[in-house]
Amino acid sequence: MIITRPRDWERIREQLAAVSASRVFIVGCGQCATVANTGGEPEVLAAKERLVGEGFEVTGWSVGEVACHTSGQRLESRKHSGEIDAADAVLVLACGAGVQTMADAVEGKPVLPGLESVFLGNVVRHGVFEERCQMCGDCVLDRTGGICPVTTCPKGLLNGPCGGMWNGMCEVLTDRECAHVRIRQRLIEQGRSRGAEPLPPKDYSKKLKPGRVDLRAERHGGDAS
Amino acid sequence: MSRLRDLLDAGTFVVTGEIAPPRGTDYGPMLRSAELMRPVCHALNVTDNQGASLHLSSLAASRVVADAGIEPIFQQTCRDRNRLALQSDLLAAWTLGLENLLVVTGDDPRGGDHPQAKGVFDLDSTQLLQVASAMNAGTDMLGRPLKGGTDFYLGAAMFPEAEPWDVQKARIEEKVAAGARFFQTQAVFDLDKLARATDAAHAAGAKVIAGVLLLRSPKAIDFINERLAGLMVPDTIADRIRGAADPVEAAVLLGIEQARAIRGIADGVHIMPLGLDDAVARIVREAGIV
Repeated sequence: MIITRPRDWERIREQLAAVSASRVFIVGCGQCATVANTGGEPEVLAAKERLVGEGFEVTGWSVGEVACHTSGQRLESRKHSGEIDAADAVLVLACGAGVQTMADAVEGKPVLPGLESVFLGNVVRHGVFEERCQMCGDCVLDRTGGICPVTTCPKGLLNGPCGGMWNGMCEVLTDRECAHVRIRQRLIEQGRSRGAEPLPPKDYSKKLKPGRVDLRAERHGGDAS
Repeated sequence: MSRLRDLLDAGTFVVTGEIAPPRGTDYGPMLRSAELMRPVCHALNVTDNQGASLHLSSLAASRVVADAGIEPIFQQTCRDRNRLALQSDLLAAWTLGLENLLVVTGDDPRGGDHPQAKGVFDLDSTQLLQVASAMNAGTDMLGRPLKGGTDFYLGAAMFPEAEPWDVQKARIEEKVAAGARFFQTQAVFDLDKLARATDAAHAAGAKVIAGVLLLRSPKAIDFINERLAGLMVPDTIADRIRGAADPVEAAVLLGIEQARAIRGIADGVHIMPLGLDDAVARIVREAGIV
């Protein structure tokens, strides 16, 4: 899931002031931001209260099924069209994808981010999220014992450890084990070796921006990229 | 020709020192440090944005050092440049007459003076060694021929004291396979571990220049233990400096002792003076190296 953090409230105030907004519509997300406790119903209501307390008028709010779904978000916007029309700006408590989906759905109105999107996260346990995958498009987990060095090593080195590893611990995050030591040890436990050849440099052409997958075009023999 | 390579190949015990380019363009003080070490050093490492902090580039500073008649060891980290820039700078280094190349990963930007910077690490140090080896063979990293290649003497970093040893040993072998012909180590305090690492490097086919860090004060020791990447000064060593009436003299005496011991184990000593540039000549002489 996409992990989000609340945007600094001062920045939220600044961005509302920059568009001279005094009436605000708030949008949350029923998926990731709900699980991350950043843009579910409780957080949307808390933002509403805070805005009202600071003298804004909140014309309405909604937490749809999932904020990054184009047609779903359009439908959700239509349901609240009166409240949105009455607002000077829309504040979105969802990831950047959700903000942009909303911005496309209500093109005539400023749509502002209420969260920071930080990473693709594993839910380690309730309320604890960790970054394990960078979505690099060129997976190496087959050679690294199921531990991603691109993500787990703070430097993102494919071959390591670097010269700062000390007694199995990372030099950058000194309370964590070195990802490369873990990789080598896990491979040994599995009776495998990493192989004599170092991992080759990443192919960043596998992950060019902006990403796009079109299954419809693929079904019709078109280009999937 | 790289004198460092010639000496190491001939079995001569070498001495290398280290200078930091300035944070700015006035390289006068850097050259004065270099001049202090010149009489006893075969080559001087010129660091590359050391500590992930802004300095004059190692490329320019190495050329300045070479112009002064001192052999530089050009350092290149993987932190600040992508593969195009790294290759381009390697070609630049060779064009500027720099023949010794030490390839290192580089400290993470979050510990430096621009913590907002993006750490590039497009290649890691093993991969960059492979790239430099390809250039030595006349091609770029994709195997396409260069109009004029390089003939770098390739070095890599090593940390003999960091456990687990089997991981370090594998790294030594990987780096030699990738083209490293010499290692420069982080500060060495445990000579048994240095001997173990030297044996591994020799078996793989590379020389070892062992690091001596001059522990000029109790404060410096605290800094090293807390801030420098993965260095841990053992208490038995630290107490000698902490308990000394004259810590600088104690640091120099310790350096002499370490350099002398290293002479019986490794192929060279790399002295990191930490500001005690004027003590390097004495250390080398009193260690009986020259």
